[in-house]
Amino acid sequence: MDDIGTPTLSAADTWTVAGRTFTSRLIVGTGKYKDYATNAAAAEAAGAEIVTVAIRRVNLSDPSQPMLVDHVKPDRFTFLPNTAGCFTGEDAVRTLRLAREAGGWNLVKLEVLSNTKHLLPDMEETLRALKLLIADGFEVMVYCSDDPVYALKLEEAGAAAIMPLGAPIGSGRGIQNMLNLGLIIEQSKVPVLVDAGVGTASDAAVAMELGCDAVLMNTAIAEARDPILMASAMRHAVIAGREAFLAGRMPKRMYADPSSPLAGLI
Amino acid sequence: MNLTINGEARAMAPLPHLAALVTTLGLDPRKVAIERNLEIVPRSAYEQTPVADGDRIEIVHFIGGG
Repeated sequence: MDDIGTPTLSAADTWTVAGRTFTSRLIVGTGKYKDYATNAAAAEAAGAEIVTVAIRRVNLSDPSQPMLVDHVKPDRFTFLPNTAGCFTGEDAVRTLRLAREAGGWNLVKLEVLSNTKHLLPDMEETLRALKLLIADGFEVMVYCSDDPVYALKLEEAGAAAIMPLGAPIGSGRGIQNMLNLGLIIEQSKVPVLVDAGVGTASDAAVAMELGCDAVLMNTAIAEARDPILMASAMRHAVIAGREAFLAGRMPKRMYADPSSPLAGLI
Repeated sequence: MNLTINGEARAMAPLPHLAALVTTLGLDPRKVAIERNLEIVPRSAYEQTPVADGDRIEIVHFIGGG
């Protein structure tokens, strides 16, 4: 707030998850790019400070293949290892223990999916996995359904951040349930991020206008015709949405309200 | 010595420790994480960790993901 009580967006407009403070409110994925060089350029254009990464078996038949860490460097970005492809709590714990050894990071993204058609989260198993991970010393940002009841259970179990989907992963359908998202934002004391479903810049702006702390996206940038330009668009959209949220929007009215005075007409 | 590495059966000459296996496979130990018989092996312990016939080894790294 400035000295006349107006909220201002300054360098101090940061957000904090699990004790780590960030300025950028746009987290980007590193999947689906045509190559790691494009991926790195898009992450830079997005102004991202955090990138999500996956853990997979190394290719033993060709160990000279390009490696993510040679392009998207862990000294430039905070790596957020995910559990994509895990369908049980035990799979998720095993995957993230390996990630912790590979990178040395405790901050992770949990996602336990139900089936491969819609990739919607299995919330019962997600909650169980969250408890296993917290007992194992992880700080866990949790991908979840847009259900405020389950979101609260995750927070009470110790989630570091609540990350409801806007729409199914990779669908690009935007925010499907603004009402639920608003309820989750209102009740949560930990950061809330929209994770999945963003298709274009306006979707990211909507998420931020609702009061999300940040937005996480992958396909919307990676599958754009020009990923680097879209990454820049997303960066602006997240800032615009954030500023609009802080500025406080005008009330919605049923009827028109003229901007030019009606008095003094000739 | 028969090992199962990332799900594939492999016949290898005897190796003194896990660090030697990583080198033999042409991998950079700084960029991988290893599980031996379902237990994580810390990178600092590769040279103290034996590799035995029948071991099941998983070697993973970070790749792109959302």
